[in-house]
Amino acid sequence: MIRMRLLTRGRRLLLLPAAVLVVLGVSACGADGAPGDDATGDSDGGSITVFAAASLKEPFTALAEQFEDAHPGAEVTLNFAGSSDLATQLVEGAPADVFASADESTMESVRRAELLDGEPITFATNTLQLAVPPDNPAGIASLDDAARPGVKTVVCAVQVPCGAAAARVEEATDVELTPVSEESSVTDVLGKVSSGEADAGLVYVTDVRAAGEAVLGIALPEAADVVNSYPIAALTGSQESGAARDFVDFVVGDDGRAVLEAAGFGAP
Amino acid sequence: MELTAVRLPRWVLVLAAVGALFVVLPLVAMALRVDWPHFVPLVTSESARAALLLSLRTSLAATALCVVFGVPMALVLARTSFRGQRILRSLVLLPLVLPPVVGGIALLYTFGRRGLLGGTLETLGVDIAFSTTAVVLSQAFVALPFLVLSLEGALRTVGTRYEAVGATLGASRWTVLRRVTLPLVLPALVSGAVLSFARALGEFGATLTFAGSLEGTTRTLPLEIYLQRETDPDAAVALSLILVVVAILVVGAAHRVRPLGGPATARPPAPAVRRAAGAP
Amino acid sequence: MGLSFAATFAERNLDVSFEMRTGETLAVLGPNGAGKSTVLSLLAGLLTPTTGCAELDGAVLFDVGGSGRTLTEPRERGISLLAQDALLFPHLSALENVAFGPRSRGVPRTAARAAAHKWLERVGVAELAHRRPHQLSGGQAQRVALARALAVEPSLLLLDEPLAALDVSVTPAMRLLLREVLQERTAVIVTHDPLDAFLLADRVLVLEGGRIVESGPTAEVLTRPVTAFGARLAGLNLVQGRRTRTGFAGGNGIEVPLADRLPEGTALVLAVRPAAIGVSLSGHPGADAAVVSAEIDDVEHRGDLVRIHAAGLAADVAPADAVAHGLVPGLAVDLRIRHGDVTVYPTRREEQESGRSTAGSGR
Repeated sequence: MIRMRLLTRGRRLLLLPAAVLVVLGVSACGADGAPGDDATGDSDGGSITVFAAASLKEPFTALAEQFEDAHPGAEVTLNFAGSSDLATQLVEGAPADVFASADESTMESVRRAELLDGEPITFATNTLQLAVPPDNPAGIASLDDAARPGVKTVVCAVQVPCGAAAARVEEATDVELTPVSEESSVTDVLGKVSSGEADAGLVYVTDVRAAGEAVLGIALPEAADVVNSYPIAALTGSQESGAARDFVDFVVGDDGRAVLEAAGFGAP
Repeated sequence: MELTAVRLPRWVLVLAAVGALFVVLPLVAMALRVDWPHFVPLVTSESARAALLLSLRTSLAATALCVVFGVPMALVLARTSFRGQRILRSLVLLPLVLPPVVGGIALLYTFGRRGLLGGTLETLGVDIAFSTTAVVLSQAFVALPFLVLSLEGALRTVGTRYEAVGATLGASRWTVLRRVTLPLVLPALVSGAVLSFARALGEFGATLTFAGSLEGTTRTLPLEIYLQRETDPDAAVALSLILVVVAILVVGAAHRVRPLGGPATARPPAPAVRRAAGAP
Repeated sequence: MGLSFAATFAERNLDVSFEMRTGETLAVLGPNGAGKSTVLSLLAGLLTPTTGCAELDGAVLFDVGGSGRTLTEPRERGISLLAQDALLFPHLSALENVAFGPRSRGVPRTAARAAAHKWLERVGVAELAHRRPHQLSGGQAQRVALARALAVEPSLLLLDEPLAALDVSVTPAMRLLLREVLQERTAVIVTHDPLDAFLLADRVLVLEGGRIVESGPTAEVLTRPVTAFGARLAGLNLVQGRRTRTGFAGGNGIEVPLADRLPEGTALVLAVRPAAIGVSLSGHPGADAAVVSAEIDDVEHRGDLVRIHAAGLAADVAPADAVAHGLVPGLAVDLRIRHGDVTVYPTRREEQESGRSTAGSGR
């Protein structure tokens, strides 16, 4: 069974209401899936919590299911959010067994906090594409088109990984975009494009794929060299380090490869 | 006669204390995290200044919009009765309880390029998408109920008796409104406007969804904080503290506005001094 | 010329019609909920009648329910209203309150202020011109409100229990002021107090359950009440008389010294409560009391007290005393009235017949 926790923004803020609940004599426990909870007794299994970048939502949901099928008794709880959100939570002491990040620098910040059990392994790559509304009203066919005056192009802000990647694409292709908005997340970029508010948005190939019919992807051969690497690692705080390592192996293995490729991710 | 303080059951005090802590402690915790040695550079960076200025400008404009449209709305709700008035009132107050993102989506489908009015606006040469206007619209949308609510309540409290007197003295409807009604509810209008301003200043969800985020144009302080958090948590915390301080000032100002007509007389009598000989 | 009024108001089950001459003052009396204030609101234009028609000095106030529907806006009726509460605009000074009406009617600011000053002087509070309403006492505020109502020179002045909210210590002075300003003015006053009716009004109209149950000249209605309410109204002893050199001389022989400066011959009315009149077989006039000797006309047993009627006065005594003195009709008694228990006012009109005492039966 897969449990998805609601996105927890800053775990610290959650402590106080929890304390209030305790004062009131109400138990807030049980929802977290403590180890041993409704376990089948199979020694193979273990409950692990995986923190994964938001862009991994679809492949990791499928992978967790497959992992549970392959390891009877295993239970994977997934928590998806922006990579840097997750890293902040981990550094602040959030309990998790595995971390999968959308870029290497975020993983690096967790490693500096000495939370990694072993070296991170790059398991997927991602490149950027232009997303345009299905009817492509501005007739975008290339990055140059997106840079034309009067074309409303939206990118991620440089502070977030997709924005950093966009900046590298601009540098590599020598095209200067004048975006009308620098959004905080891929979701916001896609939202502006799919609603027709923007003419084009620079996002990951996998985001375009995940958005389905809502947007049309314009491949950018000139941006193929700008590759984002996704590293994964087990964490030192894990109570189920065996299961955690098993999950990492599963993701980097053939099963993982197939699922990720289907979602549009490139090979490492 | 001696007044004694009203005694409350102890558990009420305990729960009240827990509730107060619940509100205050997170603010304290945040203040503790501020990188004080670098506080000034953090909050005076170019992007922070741009965001703060934009926030102040747009919030003022949104407050002005709220006053221009909210005062007539409150008057209509408080002084007239018509079929569907209850429903209208509920709808007007909806932005209070709606998640701001929902507000943003709704605005998008109204004023967006492909929205209900988008085509009309485009032919008129008005382009709202990704403009500061979009920010102001988002803020006004979420802030309007505050003004309408506080003003309508005040209008109902004041009643129509003064207005009736004004009318029998020969004042036109406009004169009654200008010289009687509005002065009577001025304190509520001011505090409503202040609350609207505060709400506009804090607007995040609708702006993010509807207006986008570009430094100096649409990236208000809350959006800047949200973005800074990705890479520079210290800056985010410092800017958050600025917003908290502004919010405290604004709420304080709203509470200082006194109702008309009684400085000294309206105050409750000073509590009597308790006898020293009494029990603890 | 004057006022003609006929209206129904379904919400309050009201159906009232009456006429007034210009310069006349009409008192509307009646129990709570009788519809008194509704009549004023209909006149002022604050309520719209279900049906009816009213004209003031030839101008239509409303004409509803017939062929057409005419409703003159309150501000164009030339009617001003003084309510129980002064309702001074709290954000304006006393002077600005009074100037509000003239200003609203287009009088230039300085002229309006000058007029306001004049009216404040007229009601005796010129020195309070720059105070805010919250700095005024109830009596002062009501004076300012009166000035405000008069400053628009209304064709008709409506007064809705103008004394009811005032402290008893200031009502006599305010009552005299009203009496002064209502001379020759067309006014309708709603009141509970028969004294107000007596002093201020030429005619009385008694409302009960939304209908007129009695109407006529004040003295007539109050001396010969035909309804229970009218009788209750008349519970107060009212004695008409004149100013003599030393004081008040009533038609029934009562004499009370007065310290006022009214000219001799002024028509006056004296009011005294039945409970304040002592009954004995032989009373002695003293420095502080008047005595009227008369034969008992009637003895009325009213539960815990006995009401004696004599010399047009009603006096309440304890049943034990009534038995002890053997009080029966025809017995000669002395009615003792302490000077401190009476109130004496000039009556509204000289031409009101004098010398007649009035006493009610029942309260």
